[in-house]
Amino acid sequence: MTMLRVGGLQKHFGGVLAVDDVDLELAEGELHAVIGPNGAGKTTLIHLLSGALKADAGVIVLDGRDVTRLAMHRRVRLGLARSYQITSVFPNITVLENLALAVQGASGRDDRDRARTELGAVGLGARADDLAGALAHGERRRLELGLALATGARLLLLDEPMAGMGPEEAARIVDLLSALKRKRTILLVEHDMDAVFRLADRITTLVDGRVIASGAPEEIRRHPEVRRAYLGEEAPQ
Amino acid sequence: MRDTLYIPLRPWPTLGVVAALALLPLAAATLGQPFYVVFATRVLIYALIATSLNLLIGYGGMVSFGHAAFVGAGAYAVAMLMPAGVASAWLLWPAALLAGAGFAFLVGAVSLRTRGVYFIMITLAFAQMAYYLVLSLRVLGSDDGLTLSNRPSLGLVDLNRDTTFYYAALAILLAALAGMRVLLNAPLGRALQGIRDNETRMEAIGFATYRLKLLVFVIAGAAAGLGGGLLVSLNGLVGPNLLNWTQSGLLMIMVILGGAGRLLGGALGAVLLLVVEEAIAEHTIHWPLVIGVVLLAVVLFAPQGLSGLMRRRA
Amino acid sequence: MPPSLIAEQLLNGLQLGLMLFLLAAGLTLVFGIMDTINLAHGSLYMIGAYIAASVIEASGSFLLGIAAAIAGTALVGVALEMALLRRLYRRSHLSQVLATFAVILIANEIVRMIWGSQPILLNMPPALSGPVELLGLRYPAYRLVVIGVGLATAVLLYLLVARTRAGMWVRAGASDREMAEVMGVDTRRLFTLVFAIGAALAAVAGALLGPLLAVQVGMGENVLILAFVVITIGGIGSIRGALLASLLVGLVDTAGRAFLPYLFRQMFPAVIAAEAGPAVASMLIYVLMAAVLYFRPTGLFPARG
Ligand SMILES: Nc1ncnc2c1ncn2[C@@H]1O[C@H](COP(=O)(O)OP(=O)(O)O)[C@@H](O)[C@H]1O
Ligand SMILES: [Mg+2]
Repeated sequence: MTMLRVGGLQKHFGGVLAVDDVDLELAEGELHAVIGPNGAGKTTLIHLLSGALKADAGVIVLDGRDVTRLAMHRRVRLGLARSYQITSVFPNITVLENLALAVQGASGRDDRDRARTELGAVGLGARADDLAGALAHGERRRLELGLALATGARLLLLDEPMAGMGPEEAARIVDLLSALKRKRTILLVEHDMDAVFRLADRITTLVDGRVIASGAPEEIRRHPEVRRAYLGEEAPQ
Repeated sequence: MRDTLYIPLRPWPTLGVVAALALLPLAAATLGQPFYVVFATRVLIYALIATSLNLLIGYGGMVSFGHAAFVGAGAYAVAMLMPAGVASAWLLWPAALLAGAGFAFLVGAVSLRTRGVYFIMITLAFAQMAYYLVLSLRVLGSDDGLTLSNRPSLGLVDLNRDTTFYYAALAILLAALAGMRVLLNAPLGRALQGIRDNETRMEAIGFATYRLKLLVFVIAGAAAGLGGGLLVSLNGLVGPNLLNWTQSGLLMIMVILGGAGRLLGGALGAVLLLVVEEAIAEHTIHWPLVIGVVLLAVVLFAPQGLSGLMRRRA
Repeated sequence: MPPSLIAEQLLNGLQLGLMLFLLAAGLTLVFGIMDTINLAHGSLYMIGAYIAASVIEASGSFLLGIAAAIAGTALVGVALEMALLRRLYRRSHLSQVLATFAVILIANEIVRMIWGSQPILLNMPPALSGPVELLGLRYPAYRLVVIGVGLATAVLLYLLVARTRAGMWVRAGASDREMAEVMGVDTRRLFTLVFAIGAALAAVAGALLGPLLAVQVGMGENVLILAFVVITIGGIGSIRGALLASLLVGLVDTAGRAFLPYLFRQMFPAVIAAEAGPAVASMLIYVLMAAVLYFRPTGLFPARG
């Protein structure tokens, strides 16, 4: 079953083609990584898929339904949620209230029990009653992820969930994502290559807004253009 | 479980304040100052209007600079219906409410597509539009406005008695505050405050933010319209100045003085501003200067307003 | 409708548009560069008009009056910027609106204390008080001069922003403040300078319009709102947008007031026309603004992304 099909997606900012004729297909339950150097257009791609930005051209089909023109919140209700590269949580309310808000957003109901379950899933059970603004960086990144999870979305678009994390925190996210794998379909943008090659079923490489390669991890590892553009000497930071 | 957004009801202080307000006409009569009852009624009505603006600014992050237009819509609705033969407050006040809500729906539907400064400007512009419309329409009395010969009737009680009107206004204000508390403690209120803090993220977790904001905008417009209807019922006259942009500015001042985003912020600010105005207007024609200086000091040094100051002390 | 009447109204519209531009330019620059709403801009316009009126009355020289208005208002502007606006740049728009609203209240009372509550009627320079013949059209000479000065100032401002070093900073600051700081722009001084220029332009408008409108307390407020409509339509922060929108608003407003009642009389029964014509005319520019923002929520030429 195809969960997400993207065809001919395009977006430019002034003269910059940030996303250039991108095709993409995600099967249900697949964990699909998108890699590429800084400025490749990965975040813009997520903006387009989630509905934060309107595409200049192309189609986005979710579960057989054309969502290209749907507003962001409508896509969430259809089961597509995203996380942000730059943490965007609600700092003035508690961690649990953050997740309850996400539950409410997608379902319409303020269901604290479900929020508590989601809290456990991202390992923040002990911080339920602390203000989100008081969390450490790693915890805040997990809350960021938790907000997307708590919408109950079947398709998650995750924008660098491990950004700025130390190895231990990053390992927690890898465990978390492994546990999610198969239960949800995931499009993962990430710079941590160890994580990407451990987790991904398939990998798409984006350079200057264009897909230069797409395939199984082994193919991508060997792909000459990818090595030249990205994996080679210039190891990702 | 901690609930940061929940607004508790403190029964004893609430009862105390309500009792004091209920006794106020008695006190005024005892002091031989019946004029104060009408003044206090005006304060209560402005408290209602400022509270509705606080819902927008303080809880919804919608800095509306045109709230006076909704007040005007309600006021003119009453002032037009009464000469047409509608005398019952049971019809007139709901009509004022509907007029405010209807106009707020139109303004909000367009304005809420914009954000930030553009929202401030477009709400201001719509209010000016309403102001000039009223000013140029002879059926609305142009710059003379409209006068009413009587107050509306409210069934058994006689609103022509100032004390009765006072209690009616008090009941409406208390009902509005109770209603606002219920709304804010409900899921809708949590969503509203989420939108205030981070609208984009709210959309990204599934909230139809535009529709929610419009709903709240209409609710606030309705309350302001009702306030306008009450004002004209009280005073027996309404003019275009009620819609002037400086009126919208004064309402914003009330909200910030009292404390934006606090349940009683609007009401407190209305009391403060009108009482101070009343007190100094007796002594100097330059009282706006004093208001200006106080406002400047509050914005610069106490941006949380009076409720903020009281909370810090507590 | 005679063509001469149409031509006259077009000139009136142009004049209103140019005066609006003088006000809008300062507003939009302050907003574009400092991200700050300044409601007190209308007060600077009022102060400019009062200074001009006083100096003209005392000296009998119109030119001296305008020069004094420019210098005096720019000084007031600098003082206002250094004492208050500077503290507001990083505050919320709500705080800026309220603080500058407070300045309006204060400025009105100070002006009332100095000059009293009576409007001052300022006479035109005698040499310009008659009409001139212009392609078969008799048009007040003074208004032509206002148009000329307005045009000259607009061109001067355009050259300043587009061609000079300070203008380059302004443009850099309008699109990206941090970038401007990296480029080594002394933003503190730049802000004060821009504010002073905005104040001076407002003073020019106030002084020029003095003889056409009465000089009185509160005169800046309605025109300020028009200027806000202008910069909102034009795209806040954009000089080009401000110029275009000024002319648009000036023409639409003037034409609406002049021609709509006439048009309505052709289309509707007299009773309705007499009521609806002026009403619709007075709402026209606000409808225009709502329409523009409906389709382009950040105006015609948004300066920021
Ligand atoms: N809002 C914007 N305005 C202008 N240019 C943008 C904007 N967002 C992204 N870009 C440009 O688009 C390109 C892709 O950016 P982005 O999607 O953030 O890349 P990535 O996430 O892969 O690092 C970059 O050149 C960036 O500068
Ligand atoms: Mg990115």
